[in-house]
Amino acid sequence: MTPILEVRNLIKDFPGHRAVAEISFSIPQGSFFSLLGPSGCGKTTTLRMIAGFEQPTSGEVLLKGENVNQRRPYQRNVSTVFQNYALFPHLSARGNIEFGLKRQQAGNMAKRVQEAIKLVGLAGKEDRRPAQLSGGERQRVALARSLVLEPDVLLLDEPLAALDPKLRKQMRVELKAMQRRVGISFLLVTHDQEEALSMSDYVAVMNEGKIEQIGSPEEIYLRPRTRFVAGFLGAVNWIGDVGVRPESTRIGSHPERNGAHSCSATVTDSVFLGDRIQVRVQLATGQEAIAQVTRGSTAFRPGEAVHLCWNASDELTFS
Amino acid sequence: MKLRSWFLLPAWLWMALLFAAPFLIIMAYSFLTRGVYGGVEHPWTAESYQRLVDPLYLEVFLRSFVMAVVATVLCLLFAFPAALFIARAPRHKNLYLQLVILPFWTSFLVRTYAWMFLLRDTGLINTALLKIGLIHAPLPLLYNDGAVLLGLVYGYLPFMVLPIYATLERLDPSLPEAAADLGARPLTTVFTVLVPLSRPGIIAGAVLVFIPCLGAYLTPDLLGGGRTVMVGNLVENQFTNARDWPFGSAVSILLMALVTLMLWLFLRRQSEQLV
Repeated sequence: MTPILEVRNLIKDFPGHRAVAEISFSIPQGSFFSLLGPSGCGKTTTLRMIAGFEQPTSGEVLLKGENVNQRRPYQRNVSTVFQNYALFPHLSARGNIEFGLKRQQAGNMAKRVQEAIKLVGLAGKEDRRPAQLSGGERQRVALARSLVLEPDVLLLDEPLAALDPKLRKQMRVELKAMQRRVGISFLLVTHDQEEALSMSDYVAVMNEGKIEQIGSPEEIYLRPRTRFVAGFLGAVNWIGDVGVRPESTRIGSHPERNGAHSCSATVTDSVFLGDRIQVRVQLATGQEAIAQVTRGSTAFRPGEAVHLCWNASDELTFS
Repeated sequence: MKLRSWFLLPAWLWMALLFAAPFLIIMAYSFLTRGVYGGVEHPWTAESYQRLVDPLYLEVFLRSFVMAVVATVLCLLFAFPAALFIARAPRHKNLYLQLVILPFWTSFLVRTYAWMFLLRDTGLINTALLKIGLIHAPLPLLYNDGAVLLGLVYGYLPFMVLPIYATLERLDPSLPEAAADLGARPLTTVFTVLVPLSRPGIIAGAVLVFIPCLGAYLTPDLLGGGRTVMVGNLVENQFTNARDWPFGSAVSILLMALVTLMLWLFLRRQSEQLV
């Protein structure tokens, strides 16, 4: 099946630097796809080229297999949820949601707007201006405004960054549920690995304008192809040249006898985190490592000689 | 008294001396009797105000009002696209703004005379058109309402461009992007998003253009050639040729009262709409 969106060898040069360095990926119909990377990695520029706000220096953007490079933003059936939401301050929530439908002169507008308001849970607040809505409510307006148009792809530029941490976690769940319900393909841009991992079907990790790896959240977390991907998605203990995630690293006073790999170390610090204890150790090589232990286990004191153990299958290897 | 309050003293003194005092003098003059060779004499009377209801003078007020409205609308039509162009320019913004205020480097009087040289029968435009044979007799470009409007729009255009530019410049650039993203073509974006959101600038510009246009004296005098009488010319005529200072004062007071009233009504309506 033709992917709903495909990007081929996309390059974007700005005066003095290359923001996007020849990237390619495709998004299967109805999936949740994330572009994950640190700020300045070119993920937002990529999104803007797909929306039509920026012209690629070279390469192609294909929607349903059709090259849309020459189409203006208003001629592309994609819709963007902006980082600051970009709601029209002079229009009510309803006015914002109607905006796109009015441009299409769509039929049964009132019904579609009502459905969108219900979908995002804004019933009763549709006559308020953006200034009279909370951050979370504004985001719902921005979502409804785009979703009501039934775009081929919904583009989300750091949509949760402006929300407080508690609301952010709740919106992750809601956003994912919403995507499943409407069946529209979502392309999310984020620098938050937890966000990308928890919501996406596929994640593309970007660094310095290039895609380092594309895969399911499990693949990129458990089998990162590069050191950058391993490090960006979570903490890594470097033991010699071997990488092991802290949650796969065990600690004990003797090496385990089950064939697990091990290495001796000295405890430098032990931090109580409530649900677990984080033990910081120093290896003979001088490298630092972290092991998570359960609360009930024996206490480790700074200066104590211990052994780090891990399973060979948990080792991160890079080609 | 707090030290901060003293900072207002220079402005208060200036206003008392150069605004309040002349205003009170004119107010007093308007209720006095005309002197034979100009000036004013006793007794006190409201006769000047009674004369104002003469249809002849009401027509002058009406004409001034229409001219000021048309000039304001024309200024808006020219200024908005220009302001939008400057606000959206990727570079050279300051250069464009300098060009907008460049005319202020020369006296308004000199610039108005320059227009006369362009527009008169033997002026640059008519001469050029005659030379290339497009016309056989000079076009009546000067001394009519059109010439006055041209002068007013030319003179007050920067006062409309600058406030509109200021509001457009402050607008979140993602708003027009969002409009395009939702399917609005460029012109639709202008009318559904940019114009409504630059309303504070448009209002400020309209006030700055409308008020001086209503009381304009120099432009209708020079470019209208006395045929287009606006309130400003009426006042001037009463103080010079007619030597009727009380009546000239009464006209001035009425003009001020009308401007204040219109401004108050207009701003009150605007603030109601914003709630």
